[in-house]
Amino acid sequence: MSQHRHELRRFPWQVRDSGQLLLTAAAGVLLVASVAQTAGTGLRDSRVAIAFGIVIAFGELLRLSLPGDRESAPIGMAGALAYALLIKVGTTPALHSAQQVVTVTAIGMLVGAIPHLAVGRPARIGAMAARLLAVASVAFLFRPLAGNVDIDNNGRIALPLMASLVILALLVESLLSALMRADEQRSRFWVTLVDELRVQLPLGVAVGASALLMAFASEVMGLFALAVFTAPLLVTQVAFRRYSGIRSTYLQTVRALARVTEIGGYVETGHSERVSRLAVAIGRELGIHEPELLELEYASLMHDIGQLSLSDPIPGGATVLVSREDQQRIAELGAEVIRQAKVLGSVAEIVRRQTEPYRDVDFVPDAMIGDIGSPGPPLGSRIIRAANAFDDLVGGSLEPARAAEAVHRLRLGTAAEYDPRVIEALSRVVHRRSLSQL
Amino acid sequence: MGGLSWPVRAYIGAVVAASVALVGLGPFASIDFVDVAVLGFLVAVFESTATPLRPRDLSWSPNSAVTLAAAVLVGPAGAAVVGACTVFGMRRSPSVAQRVFNAGMTALSAYLAGRVFVAFGGNVGIPDIRSFPDIIGPFAAAAIGAVLANHALVNGVIWLNRTPGSPGNSLYAGLGVRLLLSDLGFAAYGLLIAALWSVVGPFAAVLVLVPLFVARWAIAQFAAQQRAYEATVSALCQAVETKDFYTRGHSDRVSRGSVMIAREIGMHNERVEAIRYAGMLHDVGKLGVPTKVLQKTGKLTEEEYAAIQLHPLRGLDIVREIGFLDEAMAGIMHHHERIDGRGYPMGLAGDEIPEFARVLAVADAFDSMTSTRSYRGARPVHEAIAELRKWAGTQFDPAFVDAFVAAVKRDGWQHPQAPALSPDELTEMTVQDHDDPTAPIRVIDTL
Repeated sequence: MSQHRHELRRFPWQVRDSGQLLLTAAAGVLLVASVAQTAGTGLRDSRVAIAFGIVIAFGELLRLSLPGDRESAPIGMAGALAYALLIKVGTTPALHSAQQVVTVTAIGMLVGAIPHLAVGRPARIGAMAARLLAVASVAFLFRPLAGNVDIDNNGRIALPLMASLVILALLVESLLSALMRADEQRSRFWVTLVDELRVQLPLGVAVGASALLMAFASEVMGLFALAVFTAPLLVTQVAFRRYSGIRSTYLQTVRALARVTEIGGYVETGHSERVSRLAVAIGRELGIHEPELLELEYASLMHDIGQLSLSDPIPGGATVLVSREDQQRIAELGAEVIRQAKVLGSVAEIVRRQTEPYRDVDFVPDAMIGDIGSPGPPLGSRIIRAANAFDDLVGGSLEPARAAEAVHRLRLGTAAEYDPRVIEALSRVVHRRSLSQL
Repeated sequence: MGGLSWPVRAYIGAVVAASVALVGLGPFASIDFVDVAVLGFLVAVFESTATPLRPRDLSWSPNSAVTLAAAVLVGPAGAAVVGACTVFGMRRSPSVAQRVFNAGMTALSAYLAGRVFVAFGGNVGIPDIRSFPDIIGPFAAAAIGAVLANHALVNGVIWLNRTPGSPGNSLYAGLGVRLLLSDLGFAAYGLLIAALWSVVGPFAAVLVLVPLFVARWAIAQFAAQQRAYEATVSALCQAVETKDFYTRGHSDRVSRGSVMIAREIGMHNERVEAIRYAGMLHDVGKLGVPTKVLQKTGKLTEEEYAAIQLHPLRGLDIVREIGFLDEAMAGIMHHHERIDGRGYPMGLAGDEIPEFARVLAVADAFDSMTSTRSYRGARPVHEAIAELRKWAGTQFDPAFVDAFVAAVKRDGWQHPQAPALSPDELTEMTVQDHDDPTAPIRVIDTL
């Protein structure tokens, strides 16, 4: 144990975000090589390069956050992909190299990122590196083909080829983002990739279509096409911004309102927030997908909301020290409150069944009478039960010894009370946390 | 077609007959029938994905763009045939009459677009790089013509179907002229489809419209999230209220009252939204007040009164982390200030009190007076209005009292349901209502 600790102290960057570091380094090497090559041969069609560079910079300036703290620069990405796939501008064939595509894209991105840095927003180097690598993969595959007469003069070949390259680029970007995310959040890679694709798909379709449009329309309208096809993407982007805005407001509001139990003195300060963070970490560890993870987060934030309906609050909250009947009552009342919202049905169900043991032959809750042999409580309920019990034992304390003691105590209850899988996941999360405390 | 009056039937018949006759007149020269078939197929597909528009029984589809592209590519008669293909749209909701009318209307406006395009000097056929920028003028004229014709025809049927005396007998009711403008915007995409036809053929229409479909999807998601959000906030506020039997529904009603005032004084839409949430959340801090203080019958001690005075600050503590509510937070914090400066928690006076707080104060007091309390019954609206007027200038901002009274006189006030049952075991009674201006809290004089 002590040796382990020693290592971690020496190389903190090895445990955190090493994926992002690797990716950024790869993008950096590629960029340096491309810039050197472009500088050697000189910029080809500088007017076209500048026009696309402006679109990319503009897109980077207008980047938006998607649900789940993701970043996307749809207009910049569409512009960069279009530049990589460009065949002709008017009647002039576009003969720039892949290296030039990488150079122009990178410069555009950096210029567009400056204002973000100036107002103190995070740089998001990792996400930019993923985008650059995605564009580069298309550029290196397509640029050598761009002078080819068959492709130039035949939409029947060009369209499917270019469409599949655009799809490839979006897959590469999602893959790289998922790698970084899985590394950063300690989630499983496949689960993260599926979540990433699910969130990116709608916007990705719009980006891909716009990239193809810009590339093709340059042939008919010249560089005017860039401005024309940025407009619909701008509309799309505004719609997405509003969507992710309301999503984050929603989460903030639930977080804030979950605290009314604390202000009212029903539960210990910070309890809901701590339980929710721990529950989400356990959920990730168990490979829960993002939509259900969000439900788990809501449920864990509001797991004590039923306290509000009690005329005499139980001092200190619904801890493991309170009788099962009282716990059950608080859970039922809380579920009733959440059910009022009508849209959070499964969240209400998770809250309602949070006090049920993982398996217990003696305990039959009212709702289950006549329903013998029904499965145990939902996974979310089992997670909240464990996280709640852990927080009751440890509280806000960060002391590793106390945490280890609490995990040990919970482990003793895995015969019936707690789901052994959940407790093992909790133990891993807590162990990691203790290490990072040192 | 049952259930339609004869003028409506005649109108639909006339529209369809006119479009058939015009198509019959031609001209058919220079029409590429493969393109017509492809465009018609696209129209049918897009029509199948049409999204319903609220509040009217209308729907939106990007077909105006496709039919305008058709006007450029295959001329007036061809465009009319393409437009008529809306009849093949696979949607469950429209009746046969609606379907037939839509097809006739789309065909008619497409034909008109084609005619206008030619009249302004446009050349029918697939445009290439030499067609730009000369094509833009005729196309703009065609787009305006088509959109105006479309709106005129739809308005016609709505006018014939009107129910006398009810508002909203026009297409624009509840949607505004925005619909006209956005239709013109969508029509512009027709030119892009036509322009790309030479390079990628029919895929032009798909590629051009994909970003718009995605935007549409995102807007629908946004609307769904917003409804969910409102329901959740409202549910959580009710949870706070369940503690107190008599104040159930108070937050919702204060929210509604504040919105009435905000609308009456012409507040901007975004601020109206903010005040809606401020109204819902204005009393969340009350949970910080010990139950025994809320239940106390006699005079309050200084400390107990201080606990009540703190509740707006507690509320602020809770909502502080919600990003969008800047002005709403000021409203929540100061909703118990008085114009004469004798309110709490800060003792602000006059214009020092944030506007939201002055609005909330009026709605808050009014709802308190018109609700049943343990120590008195609900007061009738006219009495409560008289009280508001009496305190205007000392406790309330007279401008907002006037606005509120005007709104209530016009739209009425939805009364809370009087608590019919006796309070059950889970709830408590507020013995003193801190919102009630007619029964001020009595504090023990410590001197």
